[in-house]
Amino acid sequence: MKRLSSACAAAALLLTAGAALPARADAARDAILTAYAAEAQREDSGFTGFDAARGRALYMGPHTGGKAETPACATCHTPDPTRSGQHQKTGRSIDPMAVSANPARFTNATDVEKRFSRDCPAVLGRACTAREKGDFITYLTGKP
Amino acid sequence: MIRIPALTAAAAVLCLSALPGLANEMERVPPVTHPATQKECGECHMAFQPGLLPAQSWNRIMDGLADHFGDNASLPADAVADIRAYLTANAGRGDGTLLRITEQRWFVHEHRKRHLGNRAKSFADCQACHQDAARGLYEDD
Ligand code: HEC
Ligand code: HEC
Ligand code: HEC
Repeated sequence: MKRLSSACAAAALLLTAGAALPARADAARDAILTAYAAEAQREDSGFTGFDAARGRALYMGPHTGGKAETPACATCHTPDPTRSGQHQKTGRSIDPMAVSANPARFTNATDVEKRFSRDCPAVLGRACTAREKGDFITYLTGKP
Repeated sequence: MIRIPALTAAAAVLCLSALPGLANEMERVPPVTHPATQKECGECHMAFQPGLLPAQSWNRIMDGLADHFGDNASLPADAVADIRAYLTANAGRGDGTLLRITEQRWFVHEHRKRHLGNRAKSFADCQACHQDAARGLYEDD
C-alpha cells in the first residue's frame, strides 16, 4: 500500500507541475503502471509483467457477466482506440484512449482508478485486477 | 430565437402562458461555473446546468449516484456534498418529483415535435442538437 500511495503522490505532483509536457505525462503514466505492478505482484506472486496482447483482448471483448449493452470496452471506446469513442447510452463523444492520439491518457491516478472501478463492472460484472489494469494501459500506451 | 412580428408574438405569448412559463427562461441558462461539477458530471454526458432542474430533483440525483439511470456514478462523500451544494444553490424551477430534465413539462412541450432521428441517441444528449448547450444556450438549434 505504501508504494502504491507514494507512486500516486508522485503522479499527482507531476500533474500539478503541468501534464502538458509529454515527458511529464509519460512519467506520470509510468508511476501509475509501477503502482499497478506492485499491486499485481501482491495479488499473484507469479506475476512477471504486463502484456499488451492481454490488454487488447480485454479491450476488444466480447465479455459476458456485465451489462448486455456493453460487452466490451470497445463498445464505448470504439474498436479503434486512436479514434474518438461514443458513450453507448448517452451518445456523448469520448476522447481517444490510445496515448498516441491523446497524450493526456492515464496520467491522473485518481481519475484512472475511478473509471476502472465503474467501467470494469459494467463490462465484466466484476472489478478489474491490478494486472488487467496494467495490461490495458500497456496496450493503449504501445498502440501506434 | 428568431424575432417574430407583433401579432405572432402576441399569439405565442398566449400559447406560452398556458405553460409553466419556464421554456422561455430556459433559453439561456447560466453555465456551470463549479469545476468539480464540470469534471465529475461531465464525463458521460454534458454537465447539465443547475438551472435545468429544481433542488429536490438534484438532491434525489445526488442521493442515488450508485444507480444513476443504470450507471454507477458514485463519488467520494466529500465530492457528493460539494456538488450537491452547488447544484441545489443554483437550482431552477420545475417538478421535483421528476428526476430527469427530459421529463420536465417544459422540456416535453418544447420538444414534442422533435425527433431524435440520427442526430442524437437520446434527448439527454443536448449538445447533439444545441451546439452551444455547454454554455447554457438553447435558443437556436
Ligand atoms: C458505457 C461506456 C463505457 C464503457 C463500456 C467503458 N468505458 Fe471507460 N470510460 C467511459 C467514459 C465516459 C470515460 C470518461 C471520459 C474520458 O476519460 O474521456 C471513460 C474513461 C476510462 C478511463 C480513464 C482514462 C484516463 O485517462 O483517465 C479508463 C481507465 C477506462 N475508461 C477503462 C475502461 C475499461 C477497462 C473498459 C472495459 C472493461 C471501459 N473503460 C469501458 C465510458 C466507458
Ligand atoms: C458513469 C457515467 C455518468 C456519470 C459520471 C454521470 N452521469 Fe448522469 N447520466 C448517465 C446516464 C447513462 C444517464 C441516462 C442518459 C439517457 O437516458 O440518455 C444520465 C442521466 C442524467 C440526468 C438526466 C438527463 C435527462 O434525461 O433529463 C441528469 C440530470 C444527470 N445524469 C445528472 C448527473 C450529475 C449531476 C452527475 C454528477 C454528479 C452525473 N449525472 C454523472 C451517466 C452518468
Ligand atoms: C434531437 C434534438 C434535440 C435534443 C437532443 C435536445 N433538443 Fe432542445 N430543442 C430542439 C429543437 C429543435 C428546439 C426548438 C428550437 C428553437 O425553438 O429554437 C429545442 C428547444 C429547446 C429549448 C427552448 C429554447 C427556446 O428557444 O425557447 C430548450 C430550453 C431546450 N431545447 C433545452 C434542451 C436541453 C436542456 C436538452 C438536453 C437535456 C435538449 N434541449 C436536447 C432539439 C433538441
